[in-house]
Amino acid sequence: MKVRLCWCAAGVAVATLAAAEAPPADNTWSNTLQELNALKQRTEQLEKQVREQVAPAPAAAAGRAYMNAGFDVLLNAGWSTTPDLGLYQPGDHDPSQRGFSLRNAELALDGAVDPYFKAFANLVFKTAPDESTELELEEAYAQSTALPGNLQLKAGRFFAEFGRENNQHPHVWDFVDQPLALNRMFGSDGLRQNGARLSWLTPLPFYTEALLGVFNGQGGDAYSFRNPGDAGPDGVTRLYGHATAARDLRGPGDLLYVPRLATSFDLTDAQTLLLGASAAFGPNDTGPDARTQIYGLDAFWKWKPANAGAGWPFVKVQSEVLWRDFNAGADPAASLPDERLRDWGLYAQVLWGFTRGWVAGLRGDYVAGNSGASAAGNAQRAEAERLSPNLTWYFTEFSKLRLQYNYTHVVANADEQAVWAQLEFMIGAHAAHKF
Amino acid sequence: MMNTICKLVAGCLFLAGAAGTAARVNVVATTADFGAIAGAVGGQFVSVTVLAKPAEDPHFVDAKPSYILKLNRADLLIEGGAELELGWLPPLLDGARNPKLAAGQPGHMAVAEGLALLEVPADLDRSKGDLHAQGNPHFMTDPENARHAARRIAAGLAAVDPAHQAAYAANLAAWLKQLDAHAAVWRQRLAPFAGARVVAYHDAWPYFARRFGLKMDVFLEPKPGIPPSPAHLAEVIATIKREHLKAIIIEPYQNRRTAETVAAATGARLVDFAQYPGGLKGTDGDYLALFDRLVNNLAAALAAP
Repeated sequence: MKVRLCWCAAGVAVATLAAAEAPPADNTWSNTLQELNALKQRTEQLEKQVREQVAPAPAAAAGRAYMNAGFDVLLNAGWSTTPDLGLYQPGDHDPSQRGFSLRNAELALDGAVDPYFKAFANLVFKTAPDESTELELEEAYAQSTALPGNLQLKAGRFFAEFGRENNQHPHVWDFVDQPLALNRMFGSDGLRQNGARLSWLTPLPFYTEALLGVFNGQGGDAYSFRNPGDAGPDGVTRLYGHATAARDLRGPGDLLYVPRLATSFDLTDAQTLLLGASAAFGPNDTGPDARTQIYGLDAFWKWKPANAGAGWPFVKVQSEVLWRDFNAGADPAASLPDERLRDWGLYAQVLWGFTRGWVAGLRGDYVAGNSGASAAGNAQRAEAERLSPNLTWYFTEFSKLRLQYNYTHVVANADEQAVWAQLEFMIGAHAAHKF
Repeated sequence: MMNTICKLVAGCLFLAGAAGTAARVNVVATTADFGAIAGAVGGQFVSVTVLAKPAEDPHFVDAKPSYILKLNRADLLIEGGAELELGWLPPLLDGARNPKLAAGQPGHMAVAEGLALLEVPADLDRSKGDLHAQGNPHFMTDPENARHAARRIAAGLAAVDPAHQAAYAANLAAWLKQLDAHAAVWRQRLAPFAGARVVAYHDAWPYFARRFGLKMDVFLEPKPGIPPSPAHLAEVIATIKREHLKAIIIEPYQNRRTAETVAAATGARLVDFAQYPGGLKGTDGDYLALFDRLVNNLAAALAAP
């Protein structure tokens, strides 16, 4: 536009010069210069008018790029009564040490693949205590958009849809850390695997979705399944004290299956209830026939009045209960019998968005297990409870500051107190939140 | 619990009954303005569901699972577009898995398409507040844009239900005639106040201001989507006093107490405004009734001594 205007102006100037040449009478250079200056001013005026009338094309806009990109960082700072936090903050994205820790900087990419798939990828950078950077491909999956019969397929690497919080990203969590019960069942980084998931939106008159995920079920991200555990000084890998041996897939029965049923009701215009039941079945590495079953129930209730401004005020209540039956195979070298390790845990949290931008929260955590034959295993599965009040200030949807206090009691260990501040900031596309 | 189960059973029976009566076009509108117009243009051939509540902040609607079901069963989705629903519609559409509503299908309509929006940012910079890359999405506050919306909705209905095209065209003509009659009254009512400066909480009314020759450039929010700060409010109060501004418009989901404080400090009057039919009492499902109220409320405040 500007270029064309300049050409026009030049054209007009040349024409004027030509016209000015015709009557030779009292034509002087200064006159011409004056005219040129007047023309220049006029052109600038016109340009300004045009600029004001025609809105400039936006630099970038939703729907104008093939891919949305967002980068979200969670920085923790705080102090704990114990420097060694492994026992008290087992989550991989939890604050990991006194002082500053940055355990989640995620690059989220999404877009439509073609008329049949959408895709999402999440690359997570974490800094270790020595401030080196770890990079993980947390999620990378495609999701179908055009399957018939109310079906939807998801395939790639992703968080299993077990319960509510397992497949939420840390910046969506209402606390700086993950509930202990989820860490007990799914390890430090959630149940996350390569695999596929089929979902069916049922024809019932209220929202009911049935899902079935099928995964490899191996490694630390499938903690209770084909996970070798940690290697001891003798080089033997163990989980809960029992020696493990890598098992190959012998058939489809050795895969990890994660079924889920979720349903939701609007109790009133202002209140919504979401309920779910999930399970995970698969083999584990402690014996050739050792298997693990995990069951979970989750509930989420939210109140938000029909004239809420910017999403406030609100009250959210969320709870999950999980049970695990872990069949540990016999380990004759360590004199451990074939045994069933049974664990259960729950958390319940309430969040009160009392005035725009501010949220007060309280969470109670509990996790426990039966007594097994291995002392080391029992220490890993110790009964623990934690109480966490917190306060969050959302500056905007793109940044927030959270302050949380944790009081943690782990049986046979010193009680732990910690205060964590967490700053979140994000740039780029902000993906919409699910309910 | 028993109560809930009873409600569910009743709901099933009701749905089964509804399915039996007639195959109406299932229209889902994101906001109540489009819902009202779809109801007027579609008449007896459509059944309209609105997602956002009339008094709810349209930027921050919860993506409730029940909405997934509504979208799953829709024949036509009418959204404003221009990022108004960006924070909640995409995950609902993901969950709804309704091929009729796929982008580019006749069943998915964004009313903003084809409109020249105001306030398109020259560059995208969130330090200036939460801007909309495609321009200000509150375009339905200009009745002329409602004309555009009605035409598009009629075309959208005809595309998904060609059998009743003639009825939609007739309803559209009748509604536009009503709009013309009302708009003439609105213009006349606000004409004496041409050039008047009006204070608003959020920059949602540039289209309204342009149409009726008003100046709405003083906001209680320092930047779009950023909550009012004391320093900014002091500045606003000074401006109102200096220029003897008479009206502060306030919407149902905005912080009324803040606006009341400013009104009390300045003597300006609070004027109840709402963008969506039903946002003010007695305007449920009626875009024209809503604008009757807006114009009357504002004119009364501006006429005050």
